[in-house]
Amino acid sequence: MLDDLRELYQEVILDHGKNPRNYGKPDEVSHRAGGHNPLCGDRIFVYLHVDAEGVVRNAAFDGRGCAISQASASLMTEIVSGKTLGQVDTLFRNFHEMCTSDGDVETDGSLADEMDRLQVLSGVRQYPIRVKCATLAWHTMNAALQGEAEATTE
Amino acid sequence: MSQAVAETTLDGANRSNLPAYDVDKVRADFPILSREVYGKPLVFLDSGASAKKPRAVIDAVSAVYEGEYANIHRGVHYLSVRATQLYDEAREKVRAYLNAAKIGEIVFTRNTTEAINLVASSFTGQRLREGDEILLTELEHHANIVPWQLAAGRAGAVVRASPVDDDGLVDLEKFEAMLTSRTKMVAFTHTSNVLGVVTPAKEMTRLAHEKGIPVLIDGAQSAVHLSVDVQDLDCDFFTFTGHKLYGPSGIGVLYGKSNHLEAMPPYQGGGDMIEYVTFEKTTFAKPPERFEAGTPHISGAIGLGAAIDYVNALGRDAVAAHEHGLLQYATARLSDMPGVRLFGAKGEKASIVSFLQDDVHPHDVGTILDQAGVAVRVGHHCAQPLMDRFGISGTVRASIGLYNTREEIDKLADSLHHVKEIFG
Repeated sequence: MLDDLRELYQEVILDHGKNPRNYGKPDEVSHRAGGHNPLCGDRIFVYLHVDAEGVVRNAAFDGRGCAISQASASLMTEIVSGKTLGQVDTLFRNFHEMCTSDGDVETDGSLADEMDRLQVLSGVRQYPIRVKCATLAWHTMNAALQGEAEATTE
Repeated sequence: MSQAVAETTLDGANRSNLPAYDVDKVRADFPILSREVYGKPLVFLDSGASAKKPRAVIDAVSAVYEGEYANIHRGVHYLSVRATQLYDEAREKVRAYLNAAKIGEIVFTRNTTEAINLVASSFTGQRLREGDEILLTELEHHANIVPWQLAAGRAGAVVRASPVDDDGLVDLEKFEAMLTSRTKMVAFTHTSNVLGVVTPAKEMTRLAHEKGIPVLIDGAQSAVHLSVDVQDLDCDFFTFTGHKLYGPSGIGVLYGKSNHLEAMPPYQGGGDMIEYVTFEKTTFAKPPERFEAGTPHISGAIGLGAAIDYVNALGRDAVAAHEHGLLQYATARLSDMPGVRLFGAKGEKASIVSFLQDDVHPHDVGTILDQAGVAVRVGHHCAQPLMDRFGISGTVRASIGLYNTREEIDKLADSLHHVKEIFG
């Protein structure tokens, strides 16, 4: 049983959950959105600074949530920094597919390293109720980029 | 309610007079309790969300459909008369369970939520004017907040919440001070679904009545664990639901004093709630039928009657004593665990322990317990204002039913060690 749980709560997740990176609202923000999971009442905010060339210069978040959602948000902010909006969109779709489908995810070869890092969150597939915890930050970032103020997992 | 609570929270001397409570025999009445999850025995500590059903209830519902089902209040034929009789008998069982004065004071609804909405709409909503107030407490479930906000919003009235202290206990002085000439309705829970704290409902009702303010008591949790006597409480309305009382889902109850129900307009229109209909005018049936438009949950009401019979046969005092013993045991075991922080562990309580472990999010605790076969509720429990009051996003809640055992409480406590193993 503990082995199954350790598959979900891998060291990377526990580390990012306890010490989230890029936590807090930065000074320079071009896109922002709030994300809400009505099931648990958790709420996060994602802040992005996208430059004129359409590259994410900085990504950050704050808010509260479980270990899975905090770790996912933390990893996401690290991974999307420096990416073009096109790459961010591909990562969003690939990550979502990784969390919700059983098969391997076809990915753009240039983003293979990033998807490898995100594999630590694929354990949520075995816990359908927790998928939303992992995807909340990504939905929120996507909402911010679409110009929407709010994302919800429902 | 203090008197009724005193009767159910028996001291050792009283408890020894009760017949022995054979929990193994009780568990054998609940088929689902013998199943496994993830290859482990199910430890079900989430009856506060919805309780499991005994064979007697399952059989009663099946028996209606297999042998006695027809629509009620309509046909002259044998089965319709028979189904109507069973439905009316179920209403009488509910009346007796609450010790209501009259059978016409018992309205069947879908659930507690619908019962509260009915009162908010057909009673309170009719009386509210701009600037009026509805007084709740900080303990309330969303079902006892949102209907009042809707009614208040339509009238330009305001919803206020009487504060609770750090243990979740209602501050009676502050409550009394918030009862003003603007207060047109008071509504509060009898037992907090988050903390298990029992409110001083009888005293709160008396204080409201001193100022002529009607009272609704949300009994969704209390009707399962306390011996409720609506005449002793003297509340104007009392609501509860069947599925937490080991009955079917989709059937709930509104008790209302007959003078109120007689004066209230219908909540919904349709068949079964009329006396006479023309296109110009309709005259409405008397309560309770006035508030039961359309074909009701016939088998659900009959199943609820069977659930009440089941609990009565076990003995409500015996059940309460068993649950209270487990609650005390659970509180003691969890209190002893390092890093566990209990919420609302003082005062009169019924069947619920709410806690956090270290700074681990309740959803993570819930997933880890689930893998051990232990089912608890985690999150805000549909009581976000109370979570805000405590400055937390949620808790882990173990709620105890009449079939739970000390071994299951041990399993809960032991499984919490896995949280430490994972999160350090």
